[in-house]
Amino acid sequence: MTSLALPVGNFRTGEARTCDTTGLPVCLHAQRFIKLNAVCAVVALLVGAIGAILLGLTRWPAVHLLPADWYYRVLTLHGINMLIFWIIFLEIAILYFAGTTLLKTRLASTKLAWTSFLLMAVGAVLTNITILQGTADVMMTSYAPLQAHSNFYLGMILFAVGALLGVGNFFACVWIARRDKTYQGSMPLVAFGALAAAIIAVVAILHGAIALVPTWLWSLGLMDAPDAGWYRLLWWGIGHQSQQINVCAMVSTWYLLATLTVGAKPLNQLVCRSAFVLYVLFINIASAHHLLVDPGVSAGWKIWNTSYAMYLAVLASMIHGFTVPAAVEVAQRKKGHDRGLFGWLVKAPWANPGFSAFFLSLIIFGFIGGITGVTLGTQQINIIAHNTLRIPGHFHATVVGGTSLAFMGLCYYVVPLIFRREYAARALCRLQPYLFGIGIVLVSIGMSFAGSYGVPRRHWDVEFSGAPFAKGFDSGAHVMLGLMGIGAVLAFVGLLTFILLTVHAVFLGKRNEGRAMTAW
Amino acid sequence: MHDPQRPVPPLQRLMDNPWLLLLLGVAIPFLSYTAWGWISMMTMAKATLP
Repeated sequence: MTSLALPVGNFRTGEARTCDTTGLPVCLHAQRFIKLNAVCAVVALLVGAIGAILLGLTRWPAVHLLPADWYYRVLTLHGINMLIFWIIFLEIAILYFAGTTLLKTRLASTKLAWTSFLLMAVGAVLTNITILQGTADVMMTSYAPLQAHSNFYLGMILFAVGALLGVGNFFACVWIARRDKTYQGSMPLVAFGALAAAIIAVVAILHGAIALVPTWLWSLGLMDAPDAGWYRLLWWGIGHQSQQINVCAMVSTWYLLATLTVGAKPLNQLVCRSAFVLYVLFINIASAHHLLVDPGVSAGWKIWNTSYAMYLAVLASMIHGFTVPAAVEVAQRKKGHDRGLFGWLVKAPWANPGFSAFFLSLIIFGFIGGITGVTLGTQQINIIAHNTLRIPGHFHATVVGGTSLAFMGLCYYVVPLIFRREYAARALCRLQPYLFGIGIVLVSIGMSFAGSYGVPRRHWDVEFSGAPFAKGFDSGAHVMLGLMGIGAVLAFVGLLTFILLTVHAVFLGKRNEGRAMTAW
Repeated sequence: MHDPQRPVPPLQRLMDNPWLLLLLGVAIPFLSYTAWGWISMMTMAKATLP
């Protein structure tokens, strides 16, 4: 039974409900699109996960599972589903939540939300089918003059346009909320983080359109091949910036989960918001580090965009890396967990998968992802590490150990609060973030150290079997590749556990309508 | 609590204006990364054959 009183905000009768757990208003139109986008996100995660285990077992030389053509096909499938579809579908779900529930306003346009969702879904399906047909073995970057079937580019363009419409719907919600004064003073912090993510998404998607539309026309034979350097500049405008959407959404998720799990409140709103502003202004510029070994752009451009502007975005991450745990510490000490320096952390709710996923995400992102990212973004180091496994070692710590793990933690609250279904097998839920977190740390460390031995990324056979001259890598590199393989198996088991638990909860979970969700 | 008599600091005004943030968030990366990158590529001298 849902509360009958009209929730606070500008909702019309029958358009919203009050959440029985948090007391927040939930726009019913937005709720539908949160569900649809979240389901598509999990489907994309499953496709990407199947790709992940196949790739992990191929890059592990002792197993070397896939043949060469399928390796590059699955690499394309894995990259696009994990880095684009899973993340952006869930990001759009987060925007609908932040734009309506947190701003206490109705969804701006249901028609726009349907158009956005259908374009994204059709685009994702078209791209995946084209990849599986074997006509787009170009990997996620699809660097021109490497050419895929036109449907690959068309699918990506449809997905990008759909996502842009979803972002536009969020901005329309912000406009309505400000017009109707549904919130007092500054925007709530989590909504502000979502706004930062939405701004970054605009930049990313515009770059994607500029890069991919001419490439699509080229694949149709309507124009000449785009210049390779120009394409790389524009493509990384979406390729890396789409990962910055993740960073903002992930940090917002940290603040949200800190509140939901231990009742934490940001210590200083101004400091936290300033860090989000640093993201908005400078994080996109960091895309330049992908072009640090490109000859077409000047040294001045590289140095300014990476060694100066990028550090301002790094500063923002370091601020969040202190403010989020500090908020948790204060909340825990207020509850009486104040023994010694770290008594608050020891007594944290580690059995709550929302908390463990969020805190592990923070540690993996900050320590492994952050440190490797800053070093790889330095020109002198990049020139050594570029195109080695050190690069995926870095971004598996940020995007997978950071963002994906945080989003999994979020799902442990989204399903009971939005789908109003409870998770079953609670002991398995509690174990899942650790299984996935430990697995992905092993993947990241294995890749990073193997890359330090010079093992290349995106390479089917680093042993060069059948080559006229013997070429291989040190036994230390093989130990690291084995570590990566073991980590991939562990992470896959953790990921599959998450997907099975979530799908079961969404379709078969016990309903909790009319009462608060069962506490973790 | 914010005193309504005191002027709102400029940084606070920026953070409370999503449209200004959107404008700056699009303009700064476009100028620093995209436009400068394009100019850099277009003005690069052609390599001479050995």
